[in-house]
Amino acid sequence: MTEPMNNKLIMGSQTLETIDEMVTDVVLDSKRHTKTWFMIVLAAFGVLQLLPIGVGWLLYQGIGIWGNNQPAAWGFDIINFVWWIGIGHAGTLISAILLLLQQQWRNSINRFAEAMTIFAVMCAGLYPALHTGRPWNDFWLFPYPNIMGVWPQWRSPLIWDVFAVSTYFTVSAVFWYVGLIPDLATLRDRAKPMWVKKLFAFLCLGWRGSVKHWERYQQLYLILAGLSTPLVLSVHTIVSYDFAVSIVPGWNVTVFPPYFVAGAVFAGFAMVLLLAIPVRAMYGLKDLITAKHLDWMAKIMLATGMIVFYGYMLELFYAWYSGETGEMTLLNWRLFGPYRYAYYALIFCNGIAPQIMWWNKARRNIGALWIVSLIVSVGMWLERFVIIPMSLTRNYLPSADKMYYPKLFDFVVFGGSIGMFITLMFLFVRFLPAINIFEVKEQLDHMKKHDSEHELAGVH
Amino acid sequence: MAQLFKPSANNYARTSIVLGGLTPVLIGLSLAAFSRSPLNTKVGTAKNQPVPFSHTHHAWELGIDCRYCHTAVEKSSYAGLPATETCMSCHSQIWTNSPLLEPVRQSYETGTPIQWNLVNKTPEFVYFNHSIHVARGINCNNCHGPVQNMPITAKGKSFQMQWCLKCHRAPEKYLYKDETKPNQTPRQQVFDLYWKMQAKEELTPRENGILAGEEQETGDAKEIEKGKKLVNQYGVKVQQLADCWVCHR
Repeated sequence: MTEPMNNKLIMGSQTLETIDEMVTDVVLDSKRHTKTWFMIVLAAFGVLQLLPIGVGWLLYQGIGIWGNNQPAAWGFDIINFVWWIGIGHAGTLISAILLLLQQQWRNSINRFAEAMTIFAVMCAGLYPALHTGRPWNDFWLFPYPNIMGVWPQWRSPLIWDVFAVSTYFTVSAVFWYVGLIPDLATLRDRAKPMWVKKLFAFLCLGWRGSVKHWERYQQLYLILAGLSTPLVLSVHTIVSYDFAVSIVPGWNVTVFPPYFVAGAVFAGFAMVLLLAIPVRAMYGLKDLITAKHLDWMAKIMLATGMIVFYGYMLELFYAWYSGETGEMTLLNWRLFGPYRYAYYALIFCNGIAPQIMWWNKARRNIGALWIVSLIVSVGMWLERFVIIPMSLTRNYLPSADKMYYPKLFDFVVFGGSIGMFITLMFLFVRFLPAINIFEVKEQLDHMKKHDSEHELAGVH
Repeated sequence: MAQLFKPSANNYARTSIVLGGLTPVLIGLSLAAFSRSPLNTKVGTAKNQPVPFSHTHHAWELGIDCRYCHTAVEKSSYAGLPATETCMSCHSQIWTNSPLLEPVRQSYETGTPIQWNLVNKTPEFVYFNHSIHVARGINCNNCHGPVQNMPITAKGKSFQMQWCLKCHRAPEKYLYKDETKPNQTPRQQVFDLYWKMQAKEELTPRENGILAGEEQETGDAKEIEKGKKLVNQYGVKVQQLADCWVCHR
């Protein structure tokens, strides 16, 4: 499974035409889709059915079907929320920050990662909405002149969260769609059946590719990238405030915001690798998502993983350095309490396993990369488990301490959201161009110019 | 390549942008208007009752004091609905054969209370106490509207939370003292107002407003100044009057 390392972002002898073909055929040529695609979508759709079951029963019975209790009022729902929202961050980082930094290797993975962001935020949004217990009143979260004469509690980080997440979803969705417009026009031009042509013509909003269109497109895309850039940092910072602003032992730590953001990017890149590796193999896109791309993503994973690990070490240090009874009790609970296995598994998944990415060989080994990504995804889930129920079950008042155990329906709803994510991802790969065609073409043009300049100068 | 859409498609596109922007706003505004309208709040909608009891007749024309029937209003959270015996204290003597009063006699004979339909209802998660409001001189009509003009009882105010909060956030705009009777307690003043009206004494504009069930929030600086004095005198803790726990316990 080891792929040869190379320094090219586009492999093979590609022309503008072959790139068009390679990407649009996935959408337009139904023969490109083997049985595997159907099997995956069918399986994922089957798992997705857990969601209506879990949510329906929840709406009928109430939060009691979950393991949430007092004092652990935050359980799987908030763990899963933070986990999903973190996963989305790679998409925004790739599409916004790497665009502004003119990192050209982003070009063939940005579309895919952005779609992942949107679907992950959709999954994330489910949880706080259901966690309120009365989801039909969730519009109360928004400030509007209501008949109760009250505004949301502005001093609560939970309401900041509402804004952070809804802004994040809106901007990501607009950014993604705007980026799709020129490619939808390409699909329109290449489609054969009239209704497909018309459908894509409708979706691309009458894009003709005139210079004026391109100029406006570039302006809008840069503005949106500028808007998304602070979101990469702000969204998970505010999610971390949900914890850090409180006085619960183990939560009230200043390292939370940077360590949450790094964790989000870490989890996000793990998920991109987890999905991109099978998809590029299934659709023969290895020339566009090359070993070089995977290598860079692995490096970012390693770097953010180190920041996260530093966060874990600081948590331990802070607890000891504060000398606070509550903090010390929690430290003891984490390291030696009944949940200690989750903590040690976390240290292994996020601290130790990614270290093999230091070796070139490991980064080039697709199988190893995929397995590490899987381990990291599990690790990031465990991180939220360690933070949330562990702190809540050992608080200042020993009389209020109570264990937290998830119940069946915690797993049902979680499984359902994973099914939803995979279903949406594979439907996206089937019906929309998973790779940004025009940016890859631009990239190819750039590379060819670069090569010919070198030849003229007589160097190589 | 042939054109896929006719030129008129541009018009559809433009129209849909405008409509797409306006529709959510319009839906929002209509919902806001509906939730505040009497269609939703039922203000002014008389409710059917087993006996067509008239407040106009009893409380105004006959001049029976509110407390004759709503006995607990000064002492308890619940104002109280009269027992059948209260009705029978008169109706065993007068209108003894009226068919309209048949349910009252039935109730008296069988010992089953009359099932009145509740007109003014606070939700179960709201802790409301009549006695404290009466003790601070808040007149019945402030919340119940012009009851003396209701042949069949209807809701006088919306009872929506924002309506409660208007007074709880600025009680000085609502508290009122009858200055012609300095020795009267605020509790006495509540019921005395009806006697003043019965006796055709001269009423201040605010008193007229109270009786008419008008919105009592005053913008008059002098009145607000007086209201502030009353707030201090009554010991109303304005800083916590609008806290969640005051009504949601």
